[in-house]
Amino acid sequence: MRLSYPPEIKVIQVPCTGRVDIIHLLNALENGADGVYVAGCLEGECHYRTGNLKAKKRVGYVKKVLAEIGMDPGRVEMFNLSSAQGKRFAEIADEITARIIELGQSPVNKREKAKAAV
Amino acid sequence: MDEYKSGSNLEKILRAGHFAFTGECGPPKGANVEHLKEKFAHLKGMVDAVNITDNQTAVVRMSSLAASHLLVHEGMEPNFQMVCRDRNRLAITSDILGAHALGIRNMLCLSGDHQSFGNHTQAKNVHDIDSMQLIRLVTNMRDKGRFMNDEEIDVPPRLFVGAACNPFADPFEYRVYRLANKITAGADFIQTQCIFNMEKFRTFMHQAVDMGLTEKCYILAGVTPMKNLGMANFMAKFVPGMDIPDALKKRLKGVEKAKQAEEGIRFALEQIEEFKQMEGVAGVHLMAIEWEHKVPEIAERAGVLPRPTV
Amino acid sequence: MIVADRKSLEEILAMVREKRKILIVGCRGCVTVCNVGGEKEVEILAASINLARKTSDQPIEIDTVTIERQCDNEYVALLKEGIGTYDAVVSLACGVGPQFLSEAYPNQLFFPGVNTTFFGGAVSHGIWEERCQGCGTCIIHNFDGLCPIARCAKSLLHGPCGGSSDGLCEVSKETLCIWDMIVKKKMEQGRLTDLLKVIEAKDWSSARDGGPRRSIREELIP
Ligand code: SF4
Ligand code: SF4
Repeated sequence: MRLSYPPEIKVIQVPCTGRVDIIHLLNALENGADGVYVAGCLEGECHYRTGNLKAKKRVGYVKKVLAEIGMDPGRVEMFNLSSAQGKRFAEIADEITARIIELGQSPVNKREKAKAAV
Repeated sequence: MDEYKSGSNLEKILRAGHFAFTGECGPPKGANVEHLKEKFAHLKGMVDAVNITDNQTAVVRMSSLAASHLLVHEGMEPNFQMVCRDRNRLAITSDILGAHALGIRNMLCLSGDHQSFGNHTQAKNVHDIDSMQLIRLVTNMRDKGRFMNDEEIDVPPRLFVGAACNPFADPFEYRVYRLANKITAGADFIQTQCIFNMEKFRTFMHQAVDMGLTEKCYILAGVTPMKNLGMANFMAKFVPGMDIPDALKKRLKGVEKAKQAEEGIRFALEQIEEFKQMEGVAGVHLMAIEWEHKVPEIAERAGVLPRPTV
Repeated sequence: MIVADRKSLEEILAMVREKRKILIVGCRGCVTVCNVGGEKEVEILAASINLARKTSDQPIEIDTVTIERQCDNEYVALLKEGIGTYDAVVSLACGVGPQFLSEAYPNQLFFPGVNTTFFGGAVSHGIWEERCQGCGTCIIHNFDGLCPIARCAKSLLHGPCGGSSDGLCEVSKETLCIWDMIVKKKMEQGRLTDLLKVIEAKDWSSARDGGPRRSIREELIP
């Protein structure tokens, strides 16, 4: 089965969302991403036990930073799904793209076309 | 022990073996002397001494020293309360000397509620010494004529020294030992926290009697009449170290709202009756919080009037 | 160790509002251990400030560096090169750091990026608690290793006060009553008699009350 997701999305694969640090999320936004979302395994199903829970907290931290500087915290998000849910992945991709389009371009990067990174 | 320690009315009453009856009055949140005098008037002739609270629950009020002095002016006897939260040893010592100079003869030594309870939560707290050391400090001034630094005092202050005791704080098994420690430190009398849990208080008094503490010190049982169920709930929730049994709340709930005050007074009267008989209890300390005008009625119905003179 | 909390981004942004070029200095000492001012946190702060300034169209140039210890002149001296070229330097060390930096580089403007809170340690992952107040005369052996000076809200030497309830301090339901712990430990160990005496008032002259303190070790002075 091949599912398509919006072309604006740039996927960065990591072995576990536990590898995704606050600084990675911030760097993506600094470099002009309009939004960043982290797709981790279902809670309780992390191969490394708590990687996805840590990622969730880090996403929470970045949301707070965004709120403090007046950017919409909805530009970062954490999702959980299992690796078998390819369809769900595509749904989430559509959902987040729609949300980012709604929020508009990142204030960092107003002149460029909307971009998103996963 | 012939000579009185301070010669206060309270000391004389207790020494003569009368069942003491003390009251309490919080100074105003302002300089309203008239209002304070009205509150005093309700207590005149009804109690042996009136505790003047010191920034109680860390809410700022007129100084307890000044209000105590105003009470002396009205021909009544204050029990000047002092907390360690707001003064270091210099201020404490000079206030003690000042108290004596202003005709104050009783003093109650307290740690003080933490400032986070009050209306100046950003304040720095002092706690240079604690209540135990305060008892020591003031009794050494009186009995040895010495300051804390051991220097001699030119005319030592004479105060009858009290301490507080909360039998309901934790750990319960330790409370009686802490009381013993206050007596060792020099306390002449003790006023307990408001008692509502009679069962626990009986146990506590048994321990105190067994340890011989009641022979060394006068214990006054704290009584606060509940105005209504709301007050009971409020105290249970917000006043530190308050033990209010469900049975009492039920009892207040059991009567219609307009009659809850009377029910609260009845409970207080039953308590006073029991304290009169209870071994080791030398009197009652009535804390009618913002209810001073009810004191004459309560005193009358408790059968403690007229107050004896010694 | 010394524990600190990062100041809010809002406060730090206000400190550097007009600045165009700043340096953020981390410290590999205590603040690295309590995850507030080490290399990682320096980068996060830099990225956050950068993002904030980009979004408000006031770009800023940010350099970052983390040194071994900001409370040590030997390491502070290593910053010599760049310092002086910045509009402001934000230190993420405890309160000692920005002071050592200010003393070493009197012409440079320094800002504290953290609030220094207490001497303590991590009781579990992500939670630190106070243990000592540096009173200058340690007496915890009298209390079975528990410090009532730092850990009782009233620094009582004869507790627990009347507000102690269920092992908690009257100040908050999140704070343990250290005196409850002291008494229980003494009871368990059969040493309750230790507490049944009046302890002399504490001599606070060895604490901050005596004025700024200084330690001198003759044998180390060249
Ligand atoms: S007694 Fe003083 S030095 Fe010892 S732990 Fe407590 S505050 Fe620190
Ligand atoms: S409750 Fe315990 S820790 Fe809190 S002030 Fe009282 S004695 Fe100290």
